[in-house]
Order: sequence, then structure tokens, then C-alpha cells
Amino acid sequence: MRNVVPILTVVAAIFVLWYAGAVALNASWAQDKAKRAGVELSFNELVADTWSQEKPKLPAPHQVGAEIWKTTGAMVARGRAFSKRSLIYHSWVTFSSTALGFVLGTVLGIALAIGIVYNRTMDMSVMPWVIASQTIPILAIAPMIIVVLNAVGISGLLPKAMISMYLSFFPVVVGMVKGLRSPGAMQLDQMQTWNASASQSFWKLRLPSSMPYLFTSLKIAMAASLVGAIVGELPTGAVAGLGARLLGGSYYGQTIQIWSALIMAATLAALLVGLIGMIQRITLKRMGMAQ
Amino acid sequence: MIWLLCGIIAWVGGWWVNSQMARRPRTRLTALASPILFGLTVIAVWECIVHGLNISPVLLPAPTQIAVTFAASTAILWEDFVQTALKGALSGYVMGCGAAFLIAIAVDRFPFLKRGLLPVGNFVAALPIIGMAPILVMWFGFDWQSKAAVVVVMVFFPMLVNTVQGLQETDAMQRDLMRTYAAGYWKTLLKLRLPAAMPFIFNGLKIATTLALIGAIVAEFFGSPIRGMGFRISTSVGQLSMDLVWAEIVVAALAGSGFYGGVALIEKAVTFWHPSQRGRA
Repeated sequence: MRNVVPILTVVAAIFVLWYAGAVALNASWAQDKAKRAGVELSFNELVADTWSQEKPKLPAPHQVGAEIWKTTGAMVARGRAFSKRSLIYHSWVTFSSTALGFVLGTVLGIALAIGIVYNRTMDMSVMPWVIASQTIPILAIAPMIIVVLNAVGISGLLPKAMISMYLSFFPVVVGMVKGLRSPGAMQLDQMQTWNASASQSFWKLRLPSSMPYLFTSLKIAMAASLVGAIVGELPTGAVAGLGARLLGGSYYGQTIQIWSALIMAATLAALLVGLIGMIQRITLKRMGMAQ
Repeated sequence: MIWLLCGIIAWVGGWWVNSQMARRPRTRLTALASPILFGLTVIAVWECIVHGLNISPVLLPAPTQIAVTFAASTAILWEDFVQTALKGALSGYVMGCGAAFLIAIAVDRFPFLKRGLLPVGNFVAALPIIGMAPILVMWFGFDWQSKAAVVVVMVFFPMLVNTVQGLQETDAMQRDLMRTYAAGYWKTLLKLRLPAAMPFIFNGLKIATTLALIGAIVAEFFGSPIRGMGFRISTSVGQLSMDLVWAEIVVAALAGSGFYGGVALIEKAVTFWHPSQRGRA
């Protein structure tokens, strides 16, 4: 709780900087307009103009806020929450491919981790490639994956989810390998003295003790998965999703639209990561592992 | 059919040799050879499947075909590499990490700022920053400056959070010892706290290497001059010349691994004292 005041201070500072930046970046356009109209702008008028332009270089926070309200809350009020103009619809599209990719990536990651922990050959030959796979900027081939999968006849949610999956499986593998190996030799020996079979020591010792590691990596995986979904939407021809809103906005110079999509994406990320954090707290508490 | 059979044989053979190697005690040779062998096996299987199932080169070109294209278009690839990796990613990486490092040291002097900035920084580091790309392209134009700007924004927060965390690594006893030596703030920073923070700083630097390349390439999807890896990938996908795309991916992979490996080597030299490095002598 003692962190609240400093955090609020930093957030307030960000807003002040944002407003100041809006003045600085949009001033030249406002001056131009005034010059053509043949009027001299006072400082107050200048500031008011920079904060209310139609296509500003940097929209002021309240403009973004108004746009978000117009495309979410106001839409809901009119009962059109899922119309194509509503950000809720676009967030939903992005969320569904994020979630699918996240689930696929988690399953793949856990499976790989179990293989790596139990099979020495896999440990030696696959693990280095798992690490190497992430030094490749995989987002770069996102457009190709989507085009190729479309050509094979897989379209819609799955291609985007594949990219999310590729990004999210890595933290899960690394975290789970660490977690499954976290029981010490003493604990493993203890299981052996109890004559526990391999599957018993997996279910009763290794898996439970890997949970803190799993949740930490799941949070990273979720954030990565959202990035993958957004980038995956870029090359699909800007149909739906937050990534499509970003691309559409950048084509038509609709900066307010870009920023509102960006803030929506940030909110979505915060919600999803927060949700995992909540599950983590409850699970670890029930397991008696909470600090 | 023969191709498919070859693929199966290659897979089984490669796996068998690898498992033989894994059974031996771990040496430097096997630790190096077994992942390489695995990679070669995968490439061989890929080649066989492409030929065996008659997969159209528009969907998935064979590795040999990619190699031929790679050799034939080195001039284009080099130009793209310079534009994206050197001008865009590397300059942004240096600026972003440098700025984050300096700000982290400044923030470290004020506990109030630190308590406020760390949670916010952690939050921002989890956000899809890549979405800033279209905005920054609008601000800084189509050339490499906008790509460098995207990279700066992407690497800044992970680096900041890691450095601030690293600077807190020293415990009271060590700092007291510095004080008994009559060391001032700067001396303590230079001789004790920065060296102690190095594992964290390098962790941030390593995360930032992959982010930098991704940022530079994805930013090119939003507008670029007629060269650059992202530009080439998106236009070649449009022209269905997948072999060039894959050649570009090979370049990206080489650049990414080289970049990461370089930072890891420096880390090994700088933090030789850390347990995680000592273990693998």
C-alpha cells in the first residue's frame, strides 16, 4: 500500500508529459492553420487547439478517452456492443486468438518440458534449439505463416493463434523445465524410499513443486501471446482485431484510432495478466505455497 | 515414396545417434554435436517431406532451394541487413539500452521515484509496445530513424527494470564495508554496485537483443523505403516468392543468434564470478 503514492505520482507525471507533448507536437499544425486564416493565436488558444485537433500527431489523453468511450461504452448503451465499429468486437477477436494461442502454447510448452526433463536425448538435442528458436525474430515471419496457412485452407483464428503459440511456448518450456527440476535430490530420494513409481513422483512431487515457476512463465506467455495475435492481424488485410485497427489507423492517419486501439490492447494485456496473477494467488494459497 | 522413406530413415538414424551420444558422459563435444545433429536431421526430414509429398514451392520451399536463393541474392540480403539490423535495430538498441541504463542510475538515487517507477515499468514492459510502431513511423518518417525509435521504446522498459533491480542487489553489509573504506557514492557505485548489478543488466541486454530485431522488422510493415528485411518479407509474400522470404528469415536468424551470442560472450567475460557462469567452465 505504501507504493500507492509514488505510483500515482509517476502516472501523473506521465499524463503531464503527455499533455505537454501533445502541445509541442501539434503546435506547428495549429500555427499553420492560424496563419492561413490570418489570425494570431494567443497561448491559451494554441493549447486549446492542440488538444482538440481532428488528426493530431499526438492526441491528448482526453481525446483518446472520448474515442474509447464512443467505441465501447456508448456502443453498449445503444445495444450494439458487437457491431464492427465497436472496439469491444475488435478486442474480442484479438482476445480469442490470443487465448487459443496461449492454451496451445502452454500445452506444447509443458509437453516439451516433461520430455526434456525425462529424456536425456531430448534434453541435449532439443533444449538448445528451443533457446535458439527465440533468437529468431519469429514475428517477422508472421505474415508468411498466415499466407501459407491460408493457402492450405486453414484460415480464421488458427493461423493467428499459431503465431501466439510460437511466442508463448518458450517461456513455458524454460519455466517448467526449471520447475520440474526444482525438487532437490533429498526429496527425490524420499520418494524412492516410499517406493513411488515414476508417475507417482511426477504427479505428487515434481508437478506440484513446479507450480510457482509455471505461473510466472504463464504471465510472460500471456503477454507474448497478445503481441503475437496483434502482429498476426497486420497482414490479414485489416479485417478485424486490434492489430487491424492499428493498421487501418496508420493507413488513414487516424491517430486517435491508433491510440485508442493501443490503450485497449494495453487494458486487455493488464486484464489477462492480472487474471493469471489472481489464479496464481488462489492456487498457491490452496496448495500452501503462498509466501 | 522413396523420399519419404529417406526422411523416416534420416529421422530414426539421427535420433539413434543422438541417444547413443546422450548415454555417454557429457563432454564439450557431445554437448555441441548433439544439437547440431538434431538440426541437420530436421533439415534432412524437411527436404525429404517437401520432395516426397510434392509440396508446392509457393507453400514451403525445400532447404536446398532456399540455399540456392540465398547464394544468388546475397547483394539484396546484405542491403536489407544493413538497413534493418545495423541502422534500425543496432542504433536503436544502443540508444534505448544506454538511456535506460542512465535513467536507472538516476532513479536509483531517489527511493520515492524507484518505488513508483518499478511497478509502472513492470506493467509497461508487459504491454504490447509493438503497437507503437505505426505512430512512431508517422512521427519519424519511413527511413531507419523510425525503426530505431520503435526499438528504443521496446527495449527501454525491460532494460530499465532489470538495471534498477540489479542496483538493489548489494546488501547492507557490503555497502557498510564500502563506507568503512571511506568510499563515496560514485566509488561505491563503480566498484561495488555496478559489478553486482551486471548479471541483471546482462539479462536485460539479452532480452533486448531479440526485441530489437523484432521491433525493427515489424516496424517496416507499417512503411519503409524500398529496402529492409521487413519490407522484403512483406513484398515477397505478396509475390509468392517464398524462397526469398526464407532466405531473409535465415538472415534474421543468423543476425539474431549472432547478436544474442555476442552479448552472451561479453556477459561471460564480465560476470565470470557469478555462480551461473562458474558452473560451466
